Amino acid sequence: MYKEYLTVSNITGPLVIVEKITEVKYGELVEIETADGQLRRGSVLDISTERAVVQVFEGTSGLDVDKSRVRFLGRSQKLGVSEEIMGRIFDGSGNPKDKGPQIIPDKMLDINGSPINPQARDYPSEFIQTGISSIDGMNPLVRGQKLPLFSGSGLPHSRIAAQIARQAAVLGKEEKFAVVFGAMGITFEEANFFIEDFRNTGALERAVLFLNLANEPPIERIATPRLALTCAEYLAFELDMHVLVILVDYTFYAEALREISAARKEVPGRRGYPGYLYTDLASMYERAGRIKNKAGSITSIPILTMPEDDKTHPIADLTGYITEGQIMLSRELHRKGIYPPIDVLPSLSRLKDKGIGEGKTREDHADVLNQLFACYARGKEARELALILGEAALSEVDKLFLTFADRYENEFVRQGEFEARSIIDTLDMGWDLLRTIPRAELKRIRPEFMDKYYPESQ
Amino acid sequence: MKQGEIIRVAGPLVVASGCLGAKMYDMVQIGAMGLIGEIIELRGEDAFIQVYEDTTGIGPGEPVYLTGEPLSVELGPGLISAIFDGIQRPLDVIREQQGDFVTRGVDLPSLDRQKAWAFTPLVSEGQEVMEGDFLGEVEETPLIKHRIMVPSGIYGKVKGIKQGEFPVEHVVARVETEKETVEIPMFQTWPIRRNRRVSERLMPNEPLVTGQRVLDTLFPLAKGGTACVPGPFGSGKTVVQHQLARWSDAQIIVFVACGERGNEVADLLLSFPELEDPNTGRPLMERTIIIANTSNMPVAAREASIYTGMTIAEYFRDMGYSVALMADSSSRWAEALREISGRMEEMPGEEGYPAYLASRIAAFYERAGKVKCLGSDERIGALSVIGAVSPPGGDLSDPVVQSTLKVVKVFWALDDRLANARHFPAINWLNSYSLYVENIKDFWKTEVAEDFVALRQEAMRLLEEEAELQEIARLVGVESLSLKDRLILESARSIREDFLHQNAFHPQDTYTSLRKQYLMLRAIIHFHGAALKALEQGVEMESILGLEVREKMSKIKFLSEEDTAALDVYIEIDGAFRELLKSEQ
Ligand SMILES: Nc1ncnc2c1ncn2[C@@H]1O[C@H](COP(=O)(O)OP(=O)(O)O)[C@@H](O)[C@H]1O
Ligand SMILES: [Mg+2]
Repeated sequence: MYKEYLTVSNITGPLVIVEKITEVKYGELVEIETADGQLRRGSVLDISTERAVVQVFEGTSGLDVDKSRVRFLGRSQKLGVSEEIMGRIFDGSGNPKDKGPQIIPDKMLDINGSPINPQARDYPSEFIQTGISSIDGMNPLVRGQKLPLFSGSGLPHSRIAAQIARQAAVLGKEEKFAVVFGAMGITFEEANFFIEDFRNTGALERAVLFLNLANEPPIERIATPRLALTCAEYLAFELDMHVLVILVDYTFYAEALREISAARKEVPGRRGYPGYLYTDLASMYERAGRIKNKAGSITSIPILTMPEDDKTHPIADLTGYITEGQIMLSRELHRKGIYPPIDVLPSLSRLKDKGIGEGKTREDHADVLNQLFACYARGKEARELALILGEAALSEVDKLFLTFADRYENEFVRQGEFEARSIIDTLDMGWDLLRTIPRAELKRIRPEFMDKYYPESQ
Repeated sequence: MKQGEIIRVAGPLVVASGCLGAKMYDMVQIGAMGLIGEIIELRGEDAFIQVYEDTTGIGPGEPVYLTGEPLSVELGPGLISAIFDGIQRPLDVIREQQGDFVTRGVDLPSLDRQKAWAFTPLVSEGQEVMEGDFLGEVEETPLIKHRIMVPSGIYGKVKGIKQGEFPVEHVVARVETEKETVEIPMFQTWPIRRNRRVSERLMPNEPLVTGQRVLDTLFPLAKGGTACVPGPFGSGKTVVQHQLARWSDAQIIVFVACGERGNEVADLLLSFPELEDPNTGRPLMERTIIIANTSNMPVAAREASIYTGMTIAEYFRDMGYSVALMADSSSRWAEALREISGRMEEMPGEEGYPAYLASRIAAFYERAGKVKCLGSDERIGALSVIGAVSPPGGDLSDPVVQSTLKVVKVFWALDDRLANARHFPAINWLNSYSLYVENIKDFWKTEVAEDFVALRQEAMRLLEEEAELQEIARLVGVESLSLKDRLILESARSIREDFLHQNAFHPQDTYTSLRKQYLMLRAIIHFHGAALKALEQGVEMESILGLEVREKMSKIKFLSEEDTAALDVYIEIDGAFRELLKSEQ
């Protein structure tokens, strides 16, 4: 029998304080029955001999001090999994939302998971071709990487994420793959965009969705990404699948965490977010990766919208400190009508170095990539200078760099939403642009590649 | 064992009552699972404990066992090439026993108890020995002779010394002191929060050669010195730390991966056995110890991890080795400190960090140094410490950065703007500094070249002038600068692009010897001098910039050490200018 208490003393924000309890454990799952028989769930955040602080996932509205019955379930929150989970849609707490039956679980998995032993990790090194030049050419994604999209409100991150999900492939391989999608606080329309896109491409049956939408309880969002990642771990490390996890939007997740922290009257960190936001985010982001001797993998694309497009905002900042790079979207490019509006300079793929080169993409990839960065950076500098002093004040060479930057944005970055470029096309396109710059200026490229790809005669 | 009772659990903090007699920093075991924790505050009979494992499922009423011992590390053969978590549990053994995910309540010795090591005595029966003296040695790897030392506080006569293959617990020597006969096994333990003693502190006066041009030439670290690398995410902190772990000429590397990415640890583990130490030709793993408490591992163990690493590093320093410790990132340690402090409801200081943050940081870096070790041979050891700092938003006013800058002598300032333009290492040459330059000038003069100091000075001057000229050019345009100033801009660009820029992932460029650094810099400065003269003699700027030898200069970084030595750009530059002058007259 569960221990049941009628001793709620306080309700503040998403928290409920229960008194005179015995044998309650930290992190334990809690069920609260309201006066009218509704069930809410929560977990123990702080426990002392006399009282437990419980965070309520579905929110505390409608709860009262008098009649709420609190049951401590003696275990942490779990997700029931089996192979039947493929193709299913769940709510943000893991209950079926697609009118399908309950999953008959093979296994009950703790949604908090356990840290991968760093000794067990295999270094991600398989190039994933997304068909998007500004990613593949400049900031390539590899299998097992966590590479977030840093976006802003109104920018087309959903379209880019969907395009990646549609086009992503490892060259020369056909393998078991799956998509796990988790929504935290996004609108019905945004979520529906993904669902329709998965449906149209036939990916839906290879997908598992966990949806907590904007009008649903914010505190539930604490559990949603963890459910999604638990499911992904099961598919990847027990069923040997290559799993792509898309989680959107971590900004709303962090706001929910802030709400709990404020209700606990904790010392706030920057902008009111709790000091442990870094650790909390890391406990999720780090669940991506590869494990030695396991066929499957988890590649993750978390999405967040930066308040005021500010990348020093704690959510973006802490994410960037944990993930293996970031793809940064730019409002300026978006205004110029460039899709995908990916700003390559502040974007970064930290795992690219072992994923590209001979036998993976092409021998010249690293050099071309470095050179394109350098030229584009110099071109943008020239553009700024020209804005102040007029183009005439630029040196001849700087004028060339300026033209380079314009063409780079318009030809290399810009592409169609349904256009999938091969990595070879992307690299050739890069060389085509580099040929507008004099040879002596291309210092990042090894002489042997210059001779091969930049013939003297041109 | 004495026992208290849990009265509160809040994440990594557990409070237990009935702990009379417990001491600060004593280790405890919690609940039936025996989770490991450490007492960090005592209020009456209540002990505040930071727990090194996830506390889910723990609750009031459960027992806390007081071990009465401070949290300590085991020091002996088996450390080299190992990977430990923040409280020195062997992650490889954990994986063998528990699988790919780290579970809780693992109780394993840090050092393998079965493995036998060949012990060769270095003292003989009846010999007088003092603390720190070598009793014998074990060849732990072809690179490292692990010296078994007389533990701290022991003076006396050797009464029995063994030779042969023994596991670490085996007593290999007996020392008769005034009071008793002490049995000495091959390993000892030491509390992680207590400095290991030395006989004397010395001034660092030799560079830690890292093979990284911007570091070695412009902002050198001394062996036994301290440095910090602050910067926003993606600016290159970890690559700098990894490059130091790979190429610096320390004999032992302790790498503390503190609260950062699991894949970065995997990178070290997978690449170090393959990579060759440029100074010895042996695999790098044979001199490396990794402490890994990644961001998803328990937060309190992250706090302990840097001390675990530091104590191991000090132990090898005590053997007379030059040791380098990297902590990536010290900010994660500070955040762990903050988190626990917050849970204890201590009065928060700046940014919520506890008031003792600065003193803890200072005490940590003070454990670095060049020292005369304990022991009658008065050997010298050095421990260099390099900490990465990850300030929020890259903002250098962050309390962790500021407290660190007060104690360290070298500041490598990473710059977002440089990183975005992929100028790596993105170390800003205008803000960074090294306070060791004066101390190691003599070394440079005798070991590199008489004129190295002057060349370095000239390079720094050109870079500073460039910054000023760029300001002017932004206002009035490059074309209105004098020819001489335009040449300065070109030469400074050459210093930045051909010398300072260094690709860590290019097989040749990743490491440059001091000798090659000197040759590269000399070529650039020599070209500048020759060009200046040519300009004065009326040669066109365009013809100077068009000289073919310039492209050659920009590619020296891709040449092997031997090819660089063979190549005399110096002479080629002179030749090129002679031709130029001839044709223009
Ligand atoms: N010396 C270097 N050479 C080449 N690339 C570098 C160098 N330093 C940094 N980088 C690039 O920058 C990325 C971020 O560097 P990293 O050290 O991980 O940053 P941080 O630790 O500051 O977040 C790396 O993944 C790499 O692509
Ligand atoms: Mg880093």
